[in-house]
Amino acid sequence: MLINSYALGASAGAFNGGDIIFTIFTFALLLLLVKKLAWGPLMGVMKQREEYVASEIEEAEKSRKEAITYLDEQRELLKEARSEAQLLIENAKKQADVQRQEITKVAHEESERMKESAKLEIEQQKEHAVAAIREQVASLSVLIASKVIEKELSSEDQEKLINEYIQEAGEGR
Amino acid sequence: MNHEAPMYEFMGLWFNLSNVLMITVASIIVLIIAVVCTRNLSMKPTGKQNFIEWVMDFVRNIINSSMDWKTGGRFHVLGVTLIMFIFVSNMLGLPFAVVVGHELWWKSPTADPAVTLTLAAMVVGLSHYYGVKLKGVGGYGKDFFKPKAFMFPLKIVEEFSNTLTLGLRLYGNIYAGEILLSLLAGSLAFSTWWGTLMAIPLTVVWQGFSVFIGSIQAFIFTLLAMVYISHKVNHDH
Repeated sequence: MLINSYALGASAGAFNGGDIIFTIFTFALLLLLVKKLAWGPLMGVMKQREEYVASEIEEAEKSRKEAITYLDEQRELLKEARSEAQLLIENAKKQADVQRQEITKVAHEESERMKESAKLEIEQQKEHAVAAIREQVASLSVLIASKVIEKELSSEDQEKLINEYIQEAGEGR
Repeated sequence: MNHEAPMYEFMGLWFNLSNVLMITVASIIVLIIAVVCTRNLSMKPTGKQNFIEWVMDFVRNIINSSMDWKTGGRFHVLGVTLIMFIFVSNMLGLPFAVVVGHELWWKSPTADPAVTLTLAAMVVGLSHYYGVKLKGVGGYGKDFFKPKAFMFPLKIVEEFSNTLTLGLRLYGNIYAGEILLSLLAGSLAFSTWWGTLMAIPLTVVWQGFSVFIGSIQAFIFTLLAMVYISHKVNHDH
Protein backbone atom coordinates (compact mmCIF):
# COMPACT_ATOMS: atom_id res chain seq x y z
CA MET A 1 0.00 0.00 0.00
CA LEU A 2 2.77 2.36 0.97
CA ILE A 3 4.77 1.63 -2.18
CA ASN A 4 1.67 2.06 -4.24
CA SER A 5 0.91 5.49 -2.91
CA TYR A 6 4.34 6.88 -3.84
CA ALA A 7 4.58 5.30 -7.23
CA LEU A 8 4.79 7.34 -10.37
CA GLY A 9 1.11 6.98 -11.07
CA ALA A 10 0.09 8.69 -7.91
CA SER A 11 -2.15 11.03 -9.79
CA ALA A 12 -4.96 8.48 -9.91
CA GLY A 13 -4.19 7.32 -13.40
CA ALA A 14 -5.31 10.47 -15.14
CA PHE A 15 -2.89 12.31 -17.42
CA ASN A 16 -2.44 15.69 -15.78
CA GLY A 17 -1.96 17.78 -18.89
CA GLY A 18 -3.25 20.74 -16.97
CA ASP A 19 -0.19 20.68 -14.72
CA ILE A 20 2.08 20.73 -17.70
CA ILE A 21 0.38 23.69 -19.25
CA PHE A 22 0.20 25.45 -15.92
CA THR A 23 3.89 24.81 -15.25
CA ILE A 24 4.93 26.18 -18.62
CA PHE A 25 2.62 29.13 -18.33
CA THR A 26 3.65 30.03 -14.80
CA PHE A 27 7.31 29.60 -15.51
CA ALA A 28 7.09 31.77 -18.59
CA LEU A 29 5.25 34.41 -16.61
CA LEU A 30 7.81 34.21 -13.82
CA LEU A 31 10.59 34.49 -16.37
CA LEU A 32 9.01 37.59 -17.84
CA LEU A 33 8.38 39.21 -14.47
CA VAL A 34 11.84 38.47 -13.17
CA LYS A 35 13.34 39.88 -16.33
CA LYS A 36 11.22 43.03 -16.18
CA LEU A 37 11.36 43.68 -12.46
CA ALA A 38 14.69 42.34 -11.29
CA TRP A 39 17.08 41.24 -14.00
CA GLY A 40 16.71 44.30 -16.19
CA PRO A 41 17.40 46.95 -13.57
CA LEU A 42 20.07 44.87 -11.90
CA MET A 43 21.90 44.28 -15.17
CA GLY A 44 21.60 47.99 -15.82
CA VAL A 45 23.26 48.78 -12.54
CA MET A 46 25.90 46.10 -12.99
CA LYS A 47 26.69 47.37 -16.46
CA GLN A 48 26.81 50.90 -15.14
CA ARG A 49 29.22 49.82 -12.46
CA GLU A 50 31.32 47.96 -14.96
CA GLU A 51 31.53 51.06 -17.09
CA TYR A 52 32.24 53.15 -14.03
CA VAL A 53 35.06 50.86 -12.98
CA ALA A 54 36.45 50.80 -16.48
CA SER A 55 36.35 54.57 -16.74
CA GLU A 56 37.89 54.91 -13.29
CA ILE A 57 40.72 52.62 -14.27
CA GLU A 58 41.24 54.57 -17.44
CA GLU A 59 41.19 57.79 -15.47
CA ALA A 60 43.68 56.42 -12.98
CA GLU A 61 45.99 55.30 -15.76
CA LYS A 62 45.74 58.68 -17.39
CA SER A 63 46.50 60.55 -14.20
CA ARG A 64 49.37 58.21 -13.51
CA LYS A 65 50.83 59.01 -16.90
CA GLU A 66 50.29 62.69 -16.23
CA ALA A 67 51.97 62.39 -12.87
CA ILE A 68 54.98 60.75 -14.49
CA THR A 69 55.17 63.55 -17.01
CA TYR A 70 54.94 66.12 -14.24
CA LEU A 71 57.59 64.31 -12.26
CA ASP A 72 59.95 64.32 -15.20
CA GLU A 73 59.26 67.97 -15.75
CA GLN A 74 59.88 68.77 -12.12
CA ARG A 75 63.07 66.78 -12.13
CA GLU A 76 64.27 68.65 -15.17
CA LEU A 77 63.39 71.94 -13.51
CA LEU A 78 65.20 70.95 -10.35
CA LYS A 79 68.27 70.03 -12.32
CA GLU A 80 68.14 73.35 -14.12
CA ALA A 81 67.71 75.24 -10.86
CA ARG A 82 70.61 73.42 -9.35
CA SER A 83 72.93 74.18 -12.22
CA GLU A 84 71.76 77.75 -12.19
CA ALA A 85 72.52 78.01 -8.50
CA GLN A 86 75.94 76.53 -9.14
CA LEU A 87 76.53 79.13 -11.81
CA LEU A 88 75.43 81.91 -9.50
CA ILE A 89 77.78 80.75 -6.77
CA GLU A 90 80.59 80.49 -9.25
CA ASN A 91 79.92 83.99 -10.49
CA ALA A 92 79.73 85.37 -6.97
CA LYS A 93 83.03 83.72 -6.11
CA LYS A 94 84.67 85.18 -9.17
CA GLN A 95 83.31 88.62 -8.41
CA ALA A 96 84.45 88.39 -4.83
CA ASP A 97 87.90 87.45 -6.03
CA VAL A 98 88.04 90.39 -8.36
CA GLN A 99 86.82 92.69 -5.63
CA ARG A 100 89.35 91.37 -3.19
CA GLN A 101 92.16 91.97 -5.61
CA GLU A 102 90.93 95.45 -6.32
CA ILE A 103 90.65 96.30 -2.66
CA THR A 104 94.11 95.01 -1.87
CA LYS A 105 95.50 96.90 -4.82
CA VAL A 106 93.85 100.11 -3.70
CA ALA A 107 95.07 99.58 -0.14
CA HIS A 108 98.57 98.90 -1.43
CA GLU A 109 98.57 102.04 -3.50
CA GLU A 110 97.24 104.04 -0.62
CA SER A 111 99.93 102.80 1.72
CA GLU A 112 102.57 103.45 -0.94
CA ARG A 113 101.29 106.95 -1.35
CA MET A 114 101.28 107.55 2.40
CA LYS A 115 104.79 106.21 2.69
CA GLU A 116 105.90 108.48 -0.11
CA SER A 117 104.39 111.53 1.49
CA ALA A 118 105.84 110.60 4.85
CA LYS A 119 109.28 110.28 3.27
CA LEU A 120 108.83 113.65 1.61
CA GLU A 121 107.91 115.25 4.86
CA ILE A 122 110.88 113.68 6.62
CA GLU A 123 113.17 115.02 3.91
CA GLN A 124 111.64 118.43 4.28
CA GLN A 125 112.04 118.37 8.03
CA LYS A 126 115.66 117.29 7.64
CA GLU A 127 116.29 120.15 5.26
CA HIS A 128 114.69 122.50 7.67
CA ALA A 129 116.78 121.22 10.50
CA VAL A 130 120.04 121.41 8.49
CA ALA A 131 119.16 124.96 7.41
CA ALA A 132 118.50 125.93 11.02
CA ILE A 133 121.82 124.41 12.16
CA ARG A 134 123.63 126.21 9.41
CA GLU A 135 122.11 129.47 10.41
CA GLN A 136 123.04 128.93 14.00
CA VAL A 137 126.57 127.87 13.18
CA ALA A 138 126.98 130.99 11.02
CA SER A 139 125.70 133.28 13.70
CA LEU A 140 127.82 131.44 16.25
CA SER A 141 130.90 131.90 14.07
CA VAL A 142 130.10 135.57 13.70
CA LEU A 143 129.68 135.79 17.44
CA ILE A 144 132.96 133.99 18.05
CA ALA A 145 134.69 136.18 15.54
CA SER A 146 133.33 139.34 17.07
CA LYS A 147 134.38 138.16 20.55
CA VAL A 148 137.89 137.39 19.29
CA ILE A 149 138.14 140.70 17.65
CA GLU A 150 136.76 142.50 20.72
CA LYS A 151 139.46 141.22 22.97
CA GLU A 152 143.09 141.18 21.72
CA LEU A 153 144.12 138.20 23.49
CA SER A 154 147.11 135.95 23.60
CA SER A 155 147.15 132.78 21.73
CA GLU A 156 146.65 130.96 24.95
CA ASP A 157 143.77 133.07 25.90
CA GLN A 158 142.48 132.73 22.40
CA GLU A 159 142.60 129.06 22.57
CA LYS A 160 141.01 129.13 25.97
CA LEU A 161 138.36 131.39 24.79
CA ILE A 162 137.65 129.35 21.66
CA ASN A 163 137.37 126.25 23.72
CA GLU A 164 135.15 128.09 26.15
CA TYR A 165 132.86 129.17 23.39
CA ILE A 166 132.86 125.87 21.73
CA GLN A 167 131.95 124.43 25.03
CA GLU A 168 129.30 127.05 25.34
CA ALA A 169 128.05 126.30 21.92
CA GLY A 170 127.99 122.59 22.75
CA GLU A 171 126.02 123.33 25.85
CA GLY A 172 123.70 125.73 24.07
CA ARG A 173 122.65 123.21 21.66
CA MET B 1 -0.26 7.41 4.53
CA ASN B 2 -2.04 6.82 1.31
CA HIS B 3 -2.08 10.39 0.09
CA GLU B 4 -3.91 11.22 -3.05
CA ALA B 5 -3.53 14.17 -5.29
CA PRO B 6 -6.36 16.68 -5.42
CA MET B 7 -7.27 16.21 -9.06
CA TYR B 8 -9.64 18.52 -10.81
CA GLU B 9 -10.87 18.50 -14.37
CA PHE B 10 -11.17 21.73 -16.24
CA MET B 11 -11.86 22.00 -19.98
CA GLY B 12 -10.91 18.39 -20.55
CA LEU B 13 -7.54 18.78 -18.80
CA TRP B 14 -6.69 17.25 -15.45
CA PHE B 15 -5.11 19.61 -12.97
CA ASN B 16 -3.33 18.45 -9.88
CA LEU B 17 -4.41 21.33 -7.70
CA SER B 18 -1.59 20.83 -5.24
CA ASN B 19 0.89 21.28 -8.08
CA VAL B 20 -0.95 24.38 -9.21
CA LEU B 21 -0.87 25.76 -5.69
CA MET B 22 2.77 24.95 -5.03
CA ILE B 23 4.01 26.24 -8.38
CA THR B 24 2.16 29.46 -7.73
CA VAL B 25 3.61 29.72 -4.23
CA ALA B 26 7.12 29.01 -5.47
CA SER B 27 6.77 31.54 -8.26
CA ILE B 28 5.48 34.18 -5.90
CA ILE B 29 8.33 33.56 -3.46
CA VAL B 30 10.90 33.77 -6.24
CA LEU B 31 9.31 36.93 -7.51
CA ILE B 32 9.25 38.47 -4.04
CA ILE B 33 12.92 37.59 -3.49
CA ALA B 34 13.87 39.00 -6.88
CA VAL B 35 11.87 42.19 -6.44
CA VAL B 36 12.83 42.82 -2.82
CA CYS B 37 16.50 42.28 -3.59
CA THR B 38 16.49 44.73 -6.48
CA ARG B 39 14.86 47.66 -4.74
CA ASN B 40 17.09 50.64 -4.10
CA LEU B 41 19.79 49.50 -6.48
CA SER B 42 23.05 51.35 -6.08
CA MET B 43 26.51 51.33 -7.55
CA LYS B 44 27.91 50.18 -4.26
CA PRO B 45 25.91 47.04 -3.52
CA THR B 46 24.83 46.28 0.02
CA GLY B 47 23.08 43.37 1.70
CA LYS B 48 20.22 42.20 -0.46
CA GLN B 49 21.72 43.51 -3.63
CA ASN B 50 24.93 41.64 -2.89
CA PHE B 51 22.95 38.45 -2.57
CA ILE B 52 21.07 38.82 -5.85
CA GLU B 53 24.26 39.87 -7.61
CA TRP B 54 25.94 36.80 -6.23
CA VAL B 55 23.15 34.70 -7.74
CA MET B 56 23.54 36.51 -11.06
CA ASP B 57 27.30 35.99 -11.05
CA PHE B 58 26.87 32.37 -10.08
CA VAL B 59 24.61 31.73 -13.07
CA ARG B 60 26.90 33.79 -15.27
CA ASN B 61 29.77 31.53 -14.30
CA ILE B 62 27.69 28.45 -15.07
CA ILE B 63 26.94 29.83 -18.52
CA ASN B 64 30.52 30.93 -19.10
CA SER B 65 31.75 27.43 -18.36
CA SER B 66 29.87 26.03 -21.35
CA MET B 67 29.68 28.86 -23.89
CA ASP B 68 30.97 32.35 -24.48
CA TRP B 69 29.03 35.23 -23.06
CA LYS B 70 28.11 36.64 -26.46
CA THR B 71 25.89 33.67 -27.20
CA GLY B 72 25.19 32.70 -23.62
CA GLY B 73 24.16 36.11 -22.34
CA ARG B 74 20.64 35.71 -23.67
CA PHE B 75 20.12 32.66 -21.46
CA HIS B 76 21.10 34.48 -18.30
CA VAL B 77 17.55 35.32 -17.25
CA LEU B 78 16.47 31.77 -18.00
CA GLY B 79 19.28 30.39 -15.86
CA VAL B 80 18.63 32.79 -12.99
CA THR B 81 14.91 32.05 -13.00
CA LEU B 82 15.51 28.31 -13.28
CA ILE B 83 17.95 28.08 -10.41
CA MET B 84 15.87 30.30 -8.12
CA PHE B 85 12.59 28.58 -8.98
CA ILE B 86 13.96 25.08 -8.55
CA PHE B 87 15.80 25.94 -5.37
CA VAL B 88 12.74 27.52 -3.79
CA SER B 89 10.59 24.61 -5.00
CA ASN B 90 12.98 22.09 -3.48
CA MET B 91 12.95 23.93 -0.19
CA LEU B 92 9.18 24.27 -0.01
CA GLY B 93 8.56 20.61 0.78
CA LEU B 94 11.13 20.46 3.58
CA PRO B 95 9.54 22.15 6.60
CA PHE B 96 6.20 20.37 6.43
CA ALA B 97 3.65 18.68 4.23
CA VAL B 98 0.01 19.62 4.44
CA VAL B 99 -2.54 16.91 4.04
CA VAL B 100 -6.19 17.86 3.83
CA GLY B 101 -8.46 14.85 4.14
CA HIS B 102 -6.63 12.26 2.10
CA GLU B 103 -5.16 14.76 -0.32
CA LEU B 104 -1.59 16.04 -0.16
CA TRP B 105 -1.61 19.77 -0.75
CA TRP B 106 1.69 21.19 0.44
CA LYS B 107 4.79 19.60 -1.05
CA SER B 108 7.65 20.47 -3.33
CA PRO B 109 6.32 21.09 -6.84
CA THR B 110 9.54 19.50 -8.05
CA ALA B 111 8.52 16.26 -6.32
CA ASP B 112 6.12 15.68 -9.19
CA PRO B 113 7.47 14.19 -12.44
CA ALA B 114 5.02 16.17 -14.53
CA VAL B 115 6.51 19.44 -13.33
CA THR B 116 10.16 18.47 -13.61
CA LEU B 117 9.72 16.81 -16.98
CA THR B 118 7.88 19.87 -18.20
CA LEU B 119 10.79 22.05 -17.16
CA ALA B 120 13.25 19.63 -18.76
CA ALA B 121 11.24 19.47 -21.98
CA MET B 122 11.03 23.24 -22.00
CA VAL B 123 14.80 23.53 -21.69
CA VAL B 124 15.42 20.98 -24.45
CA GLY B 125 12.78 22.61 -26.60
CA LEU B 126 14.45 25.97 -26.09
CA SER B 127 17.80 24.46 -27.01
CA HIS B 128 16.32 23.30 -30.33
CA TYR B 129 14.66 26.63 -30.91
CA TYR B 130 17.86 28.57 -30.33
CA GLY B 131 19.84 26.02 -32.32
CA VAL B 132 17.70 26.77 -35.35
CA LYS B 133 17.62 30.48 -34.64
CA LEU B 134 21.37 30.94 -34.22
CA LYS B 135 22.76 28.43 -36.71
CA GLY B 136 20.00 28.24 -39.29
CA VAL B 137 18.10 25.12 -40.27
CA GLY B 138 21.09 23.76 -42.18
CA GLY B 139 23.62 24.19 -39.40
CA TYR B 140 21.13 22.86 -36.88
CA GLY B 141 20.35 19.77 -39.00
CA LYS B 142 24.00 19.04 -39.73
CA ASP B 143 24.73 18.79 -36.03
CA PHE B 144 22.78 15.54 -35.93
CA PHE B 145 25.31 13.92 -38.27
CA LYS B 146 28.41 15.02 -36.39
CA PRO B 147 30.96 13.75 -35.84
CA LYS B 148 29.93 10.76 -38.01
CA ALA B 149 26.74 10.13 -39.99
CA PHE B 150 25.97 6.83 -38.29
CA MET B 151 25.64 8.68 -35.02
CA PHE B 152 22.31 10.06 -36.18
CA PRO B 153 20.06 7.55 -34.37
CA LEU B 154 22.07 7.99 -31.20
CA LYS B 155 21.69 11.72 -31.46
CA ILE B 156 17.94 11.36 -31.75
CA VAL B 157 17.84 9.08 -28.75
CA GLU B 158 20.08 11.48 -26.88
CA GLU B 159 17.53 14.27 -27.15
CA PHE B 160 14.87 12.17 -25.45
CA SER B 161 17.21 10.71 -22.90
CA ASN B 162 18.46 14.19 -22.09
CA THR B 163 14.95 15.33 -21.40
CA LEU B 164 14.13 12.28 -19.32
CA THR B 165 17.31 12.29 -17.24
CA LEU B 166 17.17 16.02 -16.70
CA GLY B 167 13.61 15.88 -15.41
CA LEU B 168 13.73 12.58 -13.57
CA ARG B 169 16.99 13.31 -11.78
CA LEU B 170 15.46 16.34 -10.14
CA TYR B 171 12.17 14.58 -9.47
CA GLY B 172 13.81 11.50 -8.03
CA ASN B 173 16.07 13.38 -5.65
CA ILE B 174 13.39 15.63 -4.28
CA TYR B 175 10.67 13.00 -4.21
CA ALA B 176 12.88 10.53 -2.41
CA GLY B 177 13.75 13.18 0.12
CA GLU B 178 10.10 13.93 0.76
CA ILE B 179 9.17 10.26 1.07
CA LEU B 180 11.80 9.75 3.70
CA LEU B 181 10.74 12.91 5.49
CA SER B 182 7.11 11.84 5.51
CA LEU B 183 8.11 8.37 6.66
CA LEU B 184 10.19 9.82 9.48
CA ALA B 185 7.77 12.46 10.58
CA GLY B 186 4.58 10.61 9.66
CA SER B 187 5.16 6.93 10.36
CA LEU B 188 8.17 6.53 12.61
CA ALA B 189 7.21 9.39 14.89
CA PHE B 190 3.83 7.85 15.62
CA SER B 191 4.86 4.20 15.85
CA THR B 192 6.25 3.71 19.37
CA TRP B 193 7.71 5.95 22.03
CA TRP B 194 11.29 5.20 21.05
CA GLY B 195 10.29 5.67 17.45
CA THR B 196 9.26 9.20 18.32
CA LEU B 197 12.55 9.71 20.12
CA MET B 198 14.54 8.48 17.13
CA ALA B 199 12.47 10.40 14.63
CA ILE B 200 13.53 13.81 15.93
CA PRO B 201 17.29 13.63 15.28
CA LEU B 202 16.81 11.64 12.10
CA THR B 203 14.40 14.19 10.71
CA VAL B 204 16.75 17.02 11.56
CA VAL B 205 19.65 15.26 9.88
CA TRP B 206 17.61 14.36 6.82
CA GLN B 207 16.24 17.87 6.49
CA GLY B 208 19.74 19.24 6.57
CA PHE B 209 20.81 16.78 3.96
CA SER B 210 17.76 17.64 1.87
CA VAL B 211 18.70 21.31 1.92
CA PHE B 212 22.06 20.28 0.55
CA ILE B 213 20.48 17.96 -2.05
CA GLY B 214 17.97 20.63 -3.06
CA SER B 215 20.71 23.21 -3.63
CA ILE B 216 22.87 20.76 -5.54
CA GLN B 217 19.97 19.66 -7.72
CA ALA B 218 19.01 23.24 -8.54
CA PHE B 219 22.62 23.89 -9.52
CA ILE B 220 22.87 20.68 -11.57
CA PHE B 221 19.61 21.30 -13.37
CA THR B 222 20.71 24.80 -14.38
CA LEU B 223 24.20 23.62 -15.30
CA LEU B 224 22.90 20.80 -17.50
CA ALA B 225 20.27 23.04 -19.07
CA MET B 226 23.05 25.41 -20.10
CA VAL B 227 25.21 22.54 -21.34
CA TYR B 228 22.40 21.14 -23.48
CA ILE B 229 21.63 24.57 -24.89
CA SER B 230 25.30 25.20 -25.58
CA HIS B 231 25.55 21.92 -27.49
CA LYS B 232 22.87 23.14 -29.84
CA VAL B 233 24.07 26.71 -30.03
CA ASN B 234 27.86 26.44 -30.17
CA HIS B 235 29.53 26.20 -33.54
CA ASP B 236 32.53 24.05 -32.75
CA HIS B 237 31.20 20.83 -31.37
